[in-house]
Amino acid sequence: MSEINKPKKGIAKKIDDFKALNGKDKASFIGNWLLDRAMIIIILLLVLYIQSVKPAFLATASIVNIISLTATRLPIALGIAGAIILTGTDLSAGRIVGLSAFVAAILLQKGDFAGRFLKDGNPWPIFVVILIVVAVGAIVGLVNGFCVAKFKLHPFIVTLSTQLITYGAYLTISSAKQISQLDTSFTENFVTKKIFYIGKQVAVKDGVEKVINPGTPVMLYVFLAVIFAVVMWFIWNKTTFGKNMFAVGSNEEAARVSGVNVTLVIIGVFVLAGASYGYTGFIEAARQGASTGTTGLNYELDAIAACVIGGVSFVGGIGKISGVVLGVILMQLIMTGMTFLGISGNTTYIIKGAVILIACAIDMRKYLAKK
Amino acid sequence: MEAQSNTINNGAVNRDLLIMEGISKSFPGVKALDNVPLTVKRGTVHALMGENGAGKSTLMKCLFGIYKKDEGHIYLDGKEVDFKSSREALDNGVAMVHQELNQALKRSVMDNIWLGRYPKIKGLPFVSESKMYHDTMQVFKELKIDDINPKTIMSTMPVAQRQMVEIAKAISFNSKVIVFDEPTSSLTEKEVEHLFRIINMLRDRGCGIIYISHKMEEILRISDEVTIMRDGQYVATKPAKDLTMNEIIKLMVGRELTNRFPPKNYVVQDEVILKVEDMTAMYSHLDSVSFELKKGEILGVAGLAGAGRTELLENIFGIATKKRGKMWLNGKQIYNKSPKEAIANGFAMVTEERRATGIFGILNILDNTVIASIKKYLIKGLFLSNKAMEKSTAWSIDAMRIKTPSQTTKIRALSGGNQQKVIFGRWMLTAPTIFLLDEPTRGIDVGAKYEIYQLIMDMAAEGDSVVIVSSEMPELLGICDRILVMSGGKLAGEVDAKTTSQEEIMTLAAKYV
Repeated sequence: MSEINKPKKGIAKKIDDFKALNGKDKASFIGNWLLDRAMIIIILLLVLYIQSVKPAFLATASIVNIISLTATRLPIALGIAGAIILTGTDLSAGRIVGLSAFVAAILLQKGDFAGRFLKDGNPWPIFVVILIVVAVGAIVGLVNGFCVAKFKLHPFIVTLSTQLITYGAYLTISSAKQISQLDTSFTENFVTKKIFYIGKQVAVKDGVEKVINPGTPVMLYVFLAVIFAVVMWFIWNKTTFGKNMFAVGSNEEAARVSGVNVTLVIIGVFVLAGASYGYTGFIEAARQGASTGTTGLNYELDAIAACVIGGVSFVGGIGKISGVVLGVILMQLIMTGMTFLGISGNTTYIIKGAVILIACAIDMRKYLAKK
Repeated sequence: MEAQSNTINNGAVNRDLLIMEGISKSFPGVKALDNVPLTVKRGTVHALMGENGAGKSTLMKCLFGIYKKDEGHIYLDGKEVDFKSSREALDNGVAMVHQELNQALKRSVMDNIWLGRYPKIKGLPFVSESKMYHDTMQVFKELKIDDINPKTIMSTMPVAQRQMVEIAKAISFNSKVIVFDEPTSSLTEKEVEHLFRIINMLRDRGCGIIYISHKMEEILRISDEVTIMRDGQYVATKPAKDLTMNEIIKLMVGRELTNRFPPKNYVVQDEVILKVEDMTAMYSHLDSVSFELKKGEILGVAGLAGAGRTELLENIFGIATKKRGKMWLNGKQIYNKSPKEAIANGFAMVTEERRATGIFGILNILDNTVIASIKKYLIKGLFLSNKAMEKSTAWSIDAMRIKTPSQTTKIRALSGGNQQKVIFGRWMLTAPTIFLLDEPTRGIDVGAKYEIYQLIMDMAAEGDSVVIVSSEMPELLGICDRILVMSGGKLAGEVDAKTTSQEEIMTLAAKYV
């Protein structure tokens, strides 16, 4: 056994370690440090560039917008991150969002709307609907997890199949009808309820207050997303289930011989992911005021990209909630930034693709042992 | 065996902690275990020996419920048990330290130790990190492990430390019976001593230890009793003090092995075939190694784990990136930037991790044999000739004495020794002049080892040169002409295999540690 060394802790130790290096090693240390954070650095440079060209980019309204959009995409990314930590993936996410958005929309259409999808009746109680859509997502997740865990199929294949099945089920039931005219108890009185305004400007003239600018509203779903992330943080870091998830992702066999019920962990991860998609569908229906055939389309790709940018590794067993949050924000910054620059939607795809490639390459670099 | 049945009937108070009797297990076409008994007494170390394929692992898997035994009974503390999973075995005080480290590498030490049984914060569904840390420290203190921080991520630690974590984990279950499966394969001498102290402590506590190893010296030193198995059958159980190495080998292979090493009947020539100068690796700690290799010479490379032996071979063969260093083959300077270039220059390398970097497990013998010389079998540079490939494979099976039902058998179905012979055959087909062998007999049973030694000797006798890295000192002393000793990435010295001693080599190996 080697000498016991009582190292300094934290940053002090890191600084000492760095000082101990020689010139060439210092350079490579800095190089590696930068490369490990290359994605964030690139995006921040991009943000600075956009800001210099279009100063409105980082105005209050725009920032609130970016945060709001982040909030809509965060739960789905947190769900998918679990699947990635298991060295899997989940392609069914977007279509589950679509299906659950549809379910939420038909249950919460205005009671007096003549074109209601469900002919009779009134909007259902909102919390019952939440439970139903979360259950819808969880059930598809259960199928995903069951097939992955029991039949040992690759998640790619399983979720590709359930993606098609889910979409087919949606089309069959809905006949591809758009469901709009949603009840206000669902939309502006709940999900898109304006909690407060940022940047409200008031002028006082002759003792009378006059609102010049009402400011940008922050809506309820942003807070819900924060709560969601906090709950997920506890599940990942503080529960047996969370720790088992990382262990299974890191070495399934080791977890098995240690007595972890691997099947149950895998199913649990996919059920949790499915539930998060169901919840996202609920939010999306309210936010867009309708459910259509394209609701949720390709959301899984954005979510996977955000996870990868945020350091959730396909190597398995690695990922942090903070990383996912950062990844979603960065992804949203790119999207919004491109809109500001007037880049067409077509080009956006090219940039998204490049971002995923670069992020994965940089991530993989960390796990390759050089010889 | 009747005697054993009687001891059970004789009542609860006896020294027998674990009794397995009449264990049989068949797989399609093979009877892996045939009516095998094993009795482990309280407070003893019981070695389980046998060649690969003798049924040791199968017996242990039946104990742990990984395999369902066809017949037989298992009694623990006088009560019959029938574990359905390794977890159930653990909960009943039967633990195993696995040979192949099965760990969640991206998680911390304590996460690994308590995996599957994380302590909870009272009344909450949350895991108590502080209790995990405290309990881990407790276990480490008990075992006098003082150089591992429970919060360290496993992948950042050397294999030997990871092995100690695995041992600590097994012991943390407060197990009554602990199985050690080849626990010393990745440990240095010093760590082996530490492990033996731990085992002695467990023995004093009254635990029953089952110790599986191929290393005879260890077995004779640490164990009280030895059970020997052969071809799925029980051969004998004897007190270790009554056994000698030769007797064990005789019982294991079923015939007398008069010599562990084939005789040398060739002369090393004076002609230097390979000269290596100042070899230094870019990404590992190989530092300025120079040596010469003569025609027809078997040159051993000794050293502790981490001494840079594998790195030396990898740099010569072009797997690793060189920082600096020059090589001359027959007086002509070469570089070996990649394995491809090395092969073209007449080098061949048998890697250390056979399963990871040697065999293609799901491919058959033929595919595994022709892969390094595949271009030889092209007809008009376009299509591969089955006939030519089959002919070469047949030659290899014959020349290497590979025991296989057919060329189309998947290589993973063969024993370790036969897999290694397939790899030797693969390289023979590239007609090399220099063989680099990294632990060529690791995990191979005694009988097959002898055959591998014979193959190595044959190569040398034909004028080819061999560089062999091995952690088994007797092996190096038995087959090499000269031995290089490495220490801390540097060349610590060079000794003549005929006149040196294990002590001299060990002293050199510790030079730069």
